[in-house]
Amino acid sequence: MEVPILKQHEFLIATVQAALSDADLTLLRDALVERVGKFRSRGVIVDVTALDVMDSFASRTLRDLAHMIRLRGAETVIVGIQPEVAFAMVQLGLNLEGVATALDLEEGLAFLDRRARKSIGQRSRET
Amino acid sequence: MNQRGEKLSPKRQDGNSGPRTHLPSESSASLLRELVAHLRQNRSQLRQEWARRIREAQLLTAMTEEEVFAEATSVYDNYVEALETGTFEALQAYARNLSERIIPRGVETHEVVGIVLLLRDVLARSLFTKYQEDVEKLNRILDVYEPAANRIANTVAVGFVEERERIIREQQAAIRELSTPVLQVRERLLILPIIGLIDPQRARQLTEQLLRGIRSNRARVVVIDITGVAALDSAVANHLVQTVEASRLLGATVIVTGLSPEIAQTLVTIGVDLGKMNTVGDLQGGIEEAERLLGYKVVPFADAPPAA
Repeated sequence: MEVPILKQHEFLIATVQAALSDADLTLLRDALVERVGKFRSRGVIVDVTALDVMDSFASRTLRDLAHMIRLRGAETVIVGIQPEVAFAMVQLGLNLEGVATALDLEEGLAFLDRRARKSIGQRSRET
Repeated sequence: MNQRGEKLSPKRQDGNSGPRTHLPSESSASLLRELVAHLRQNRSQLRQEWARRIREAQLLTAMTEEEVFAEATSVYDNYVEALETGTFEALQAYARNLSERIIPRGVETHEVVGIVLLLRDVLARSLFTKYQEDVEKLNRILDVYEPAANRIANTVAVGFVEERERIIREQQAAIRELSTPVLQVRERLLILPIIGLIDPQRARQLTEQLLRGIRSNRARVVVIDITGVAALDSAVANHLVQTVEASRLLGATVIVTGLSPEIAQTLVTIGVDLGKMNTVGDLQGGIEEAERLLGYKVVPFADAPPAA
């Protein structure tokens, strides 16, 4: 199942709506990395509220995705991880190191907004 | 069929002691009747002897002499009845009821087992005296008596221990219920004070409640206060680290406060990776840090800027 990617001003929002195969995940990663450049986005939100399982491939792909997008000059935040999923993940040692997370879409947007303000602030100080 | 089956069952359980299988069951039933009649006849004398032996052995010291005697009487009657009918339900119920009454008084397991074994000895000795002329008959009587008596001792001891375990389980459940409040102190700020011993089950429950609390209160910062925890082992410390990481996956930052010097030393010694954990000295510091993260600033009235 393909994941729809919505453009919302300077952010991209990908909402996972059902369980994803490994191939779907790779496609999602590639599509997001490509579109971040195409739309000159500042931030990407991946909403995984609908996922009730997160295996090692999925969490590794999400981590890679976040790191790749950072290299492309944007921020990624994963939102909506369920409590049970979160606990199962850390027990398996899948802790999405170095990836920003937030409770839900709203929080994710707030996080990216704060980040954007901060970096603008930095830039204005630098100049 | 029912009656015979029940009568024989204690024998089968104890089948490895003594040559009695050659006995026809008819005669063992009549022997049992004789035995019970003997015990009924000498009831008051044997009961007194038993109570004397209990005192001598300094068992049931938590109870007064009259109480011991009263309990001894009802135990004796139940005992004889169980011997006679070969059914143990009544005895089981009585043992449970007895345990319920005497456990709060501080009666120990060895005392309960001790008194039942004493009764067995007292009765066996009276049988020895009665049949000392006729060793053959004594043997057959003992064949009937021993397995039943052993099973009675078993039933009472098991009943006592089960009652004790039931009480322990109830108390554990009560403690668990009380022990894990997740409290909201400010919009988006939760605190989780942990007090007492943490076992793996409780640690798991704590984590579940915290994660659920984060979701339902939309928390962004959580302060876990472990001032009231006396000691941590490596399993629990790792669980704490996992809780912190799981909370982060839900988008909440965790601050751990109140690590005692002993716990700090333990954690360093066992090499738990605390690099990802925010730790602050005490609960106050933790809440202040959390407020800073959330963008709150607490100022006294006097210094507050006038309301615009």
